[in-house]
Amino acid sequence: MTDSTTVVTGHGANGRDGFRHLVHAEWTKFRTVRGWVAGMAVGVALVVALGLMSAAGSHASCGMGDVETACTLTTGPGGEAVSDRFFFVHRRLDGDGSITVRVDSMTGQIRLPDATPGVRNVVAGVVPWAKAGIMVKDGVREGASYAAVMVTARHGVRMQHDFTEDVAGGPGGVSPGSPRWLRLTRSGGTLTGYESDDGRRWIVVGTARPARLPATVEAGMFVASPGDLTVSRGNLGGASVQVRFTEATAVFDQVRLEGRVEGRTGGTWSHDDVGVAYEPGGRTPHHPGRFTESGGTFTITGVGDVAPSTEGMRIESTLSGQAAGLVAVMVVAVLFVTAEHRRGLFRTTLLAAPRRGRAFAAKTVVIGAVAFAAGLTAAALTVPLGARILRANGNAVLPVSTFTELRVVAGVAALTAAVAVLALACGALVRRGAAAVTVVAGLVVVPHILATASVLPLGVARWLLRLTPAAGFAVQQSVPEYAQVLGYYSPQGGYYPLPPLAGLAVLCGYAALAAVLAAVRMSRADA
Amino acid sequence: MRAAIEVIGLRKRYGPTVALDGMSFTVLPGRVTGFVGPNGAGKSTTMRVILGLDTADEGSALVGGRPYRSLRAPLCQVGALLDAAALQPSRTARNHLLWLAHSQGLGARRVDEVIEQVGLGAVARRRAGGFSLGMRQRLGIAAALLGDPPVLMLDEPVNGLDPVGIVWIRGLLRSLAAEGRAVLVSSHLMSEMQDMADHLVVAGRGRVVADTSVADLIAAASDGRVTLRTTARPEAMEVLARAGARVAVQDRDTLTVSGLEAGRIVALLGANDVPFSEVAAHRASLEEAYMELSRDAVEFRATTPGDGTATS
Repeated sequence: MTDSTTVVTGHGANGRDGFRHLVHAEWTKFRTVRGWVAGMAVGVALVVALGLMSAAGSHASCGMGDVETACTLTTGPGGEAVSDRFFFVHRRLDGDGSITVRVDSMTGQIRLPDATPGVRNVVAGVVPWAKAGIMVKDGVREGASYAAVMVTARHGVRMQHDFTEDVAGGPGGVSPGSPRWLRLTRSGGTLTGYESDDGRRWIVVGTARPARLPATVEAGMFVASPGDLTVSRGNLGGASVQVRFTEATAVFDQVRLEGRVEGRTGGTWSHDDVGVAYEPGGRTPHHPGRFTESGGTFTITGVGDVAPSTEGMRIESTLSGQAAGLVAVMVVAVLFVTAEHRRGLFRTTLLAAPRRGRAFAAKTVVIGAVAFAAGLTAAALTVPLGARILRANGNAVLPVSTFTELRVVAGVAALTAAVAVLALACGALVRRGAAAVTVVAGLVVVPHILATASVLPLGVARWLLRLTPAAGFAVQQSVPEYAQVLGYYSPQGGYYPLPPLAGLAVLCGYAALAAVLAAVRMSRADA
Repeated sequence: MRAAIEVIGLRKRYGPTVALDGMSFTVLPGRVTGFVGPNGAGKSTTMRVILGLDTADEGSALVGGRPYRSLRAPLCQVGALLDAAALQPSRTARNHLLWLAHSQGLGARRVDEVIEQVGLGAVARRRAGGFSLGMRQRLGIAAALLGDPPVLMLDEPVNGLDPVGIVWIRGLLRSLAAEGRAVLVSSHLMSEMQDMADHLVVAGRGRVVADTSVADLIAAASDGRVTLRTTARPEAMEVLARAGARVAVQDRDTLTVSGLEAGRIVALLGANDVPFSEVAAHRASLEEAYMELSRDAVEFRATTPGDGTATS
């Protein structure tokens, strides 16, 4: 008779084992309420359906002369979209060698908004990222691998290669009174850029190993000048961005090419207006560059930019249904906890798991895992399929690496999981379903909509996306902000102020804080 | 014998209200212990403190010698029914038990066993939201039995059960006790305990007012009283009152007499030619005994000593 009070049970003999059982129990709880499972499925369906529908409704075409074509993008050696337009005066270099020049001046002109409608308003000047320098490139094909060292108008000397890579050298531009010597040396696959103020003392700017540089390359002088960017604020807080024509003209002399140069004696320089666009009709170049040579002095005028391009649609633009999907996930996550409080079932849970933090932790694990799976399913379907539909409809979708695409998809899953945990914790704190959903939507979805719907000033929008849980949306940004490209990097355009993982960390911080508060509240109060 | 439940000096306040005021008792294995008292006596609070749901300001409550919150796989140590309405309405009865089973590392087979044991086999896959109160009580009892625990605590388990259900639960609890388990059953109705409990803990105003076996409690309440059955009630009352007895009317032909022993009553009635059909030592009902105790507990003493005998 007395033995029955000391029944030995083998179940949950150690803590970790017991926690596994609690997670199993919470999963059973979740899957046995049809409404919750259906709610998660609705969340996934909303993301997929809205995303694919908006992709299917988006069509674009571009013109090549009179012919309508699909919009294509130039891609660089890394697969990313690039802008590759500049004036190139070059000779063929076989194997190792070097090129040295002196840049004597850089001038240019900028077209400003028309003061008198229809009359071109052109002023003298150079844009900050106007470039003049020397380059080694795998031919003159747009998007080909290269390395270059250059003087810019406002950003000093730079060493750049393969479009995305950029290293700063010494500051300051060039003017007739203070020229700049530049040198680019090839040794195998490595290029080293140098600069000098006097042509005698050289300073290394940087080294580069371009992705695909064959034995024979084109080496020479180049000039480029990106469009002038004007951002004007709209009436409703939005912004309109204008990019207008500019050109830059640089004067080079003391040009010395060493190595096995084609036609070493009496050889001539070739010149190409790389990437030039043509007027309708396809014959006349639009805004052509030009060059003259006289007694070893080269005057080169270039238009365009050699840089990564962010003009085009993003893969994450297919996630237009995400806010709706997240709200469905929030509702389910909140109900997962508030339904227990409403029915008094919470006490039954505590009888089964008397150590309170553990019961809540198990619930967190389950809702997080379910939401992660839901987010992963939604994103893994929507992002690749949506991008494919967009491209099939003629849209230019900025290509990204497989790794980036995986990061976006996994990031959406993690974002969904973190939002679900935040919602669960708010449900446990507030204990009333409608109120908790309102709070979480107000923390996550509302700031994101405000920040990206161009109703707030840019600074406020950026701070919202740094400080609120909506920072987590940064994880889905597939195209980075490039320091060497002047652009209007606004949340509206899909640029978040925090890097992807940092933004996600902010959201996770909020979720963790709420979960801890909920656990503390739970362990203090009588049930 | 090792106590299955030990409640030691529990005190708890909710603001100005004293819920528990030194509640102490033990529950032993092998018998059904009734935990009775009027509403507000502190029964539910005590059970919730034992189960680790509420924290007492003072004192301690141990199950099998340990606080509930420190138990591993607690449902395998203590089975409890607190609130039969605590169910997710859209979840089926079986799934409700299934998540509880999984939380303790138990499998579906055990769920099917207890669901048959409480007679819900036919409705196991129906949503619990559609259950009657009686069915919910059975489901709650199934949950308490799930871990095959040596200790059972049931708060008002008879509520909502039909007569068949009441008979069933009495039999079930007695057989569980007979297997050597400790069973604590609370109720605010003493009559429910009559054929169910072996031992009683009577609570009032947050403490124990009696901790005794059912037999002792009834004997104490019956002390010195005699039941007289007669067709000539007025005459009998007159004769006995003249002899100094206190007489209370129990019903149309039954009187309860105190202050005179049975032999003397028979002699008096014979001498005065008062007919009677039965004279017997009075056996108080549990309800009467409880009323006496409760009166003390709630301090509603009768103002006239003559009204002291129970009449209902």
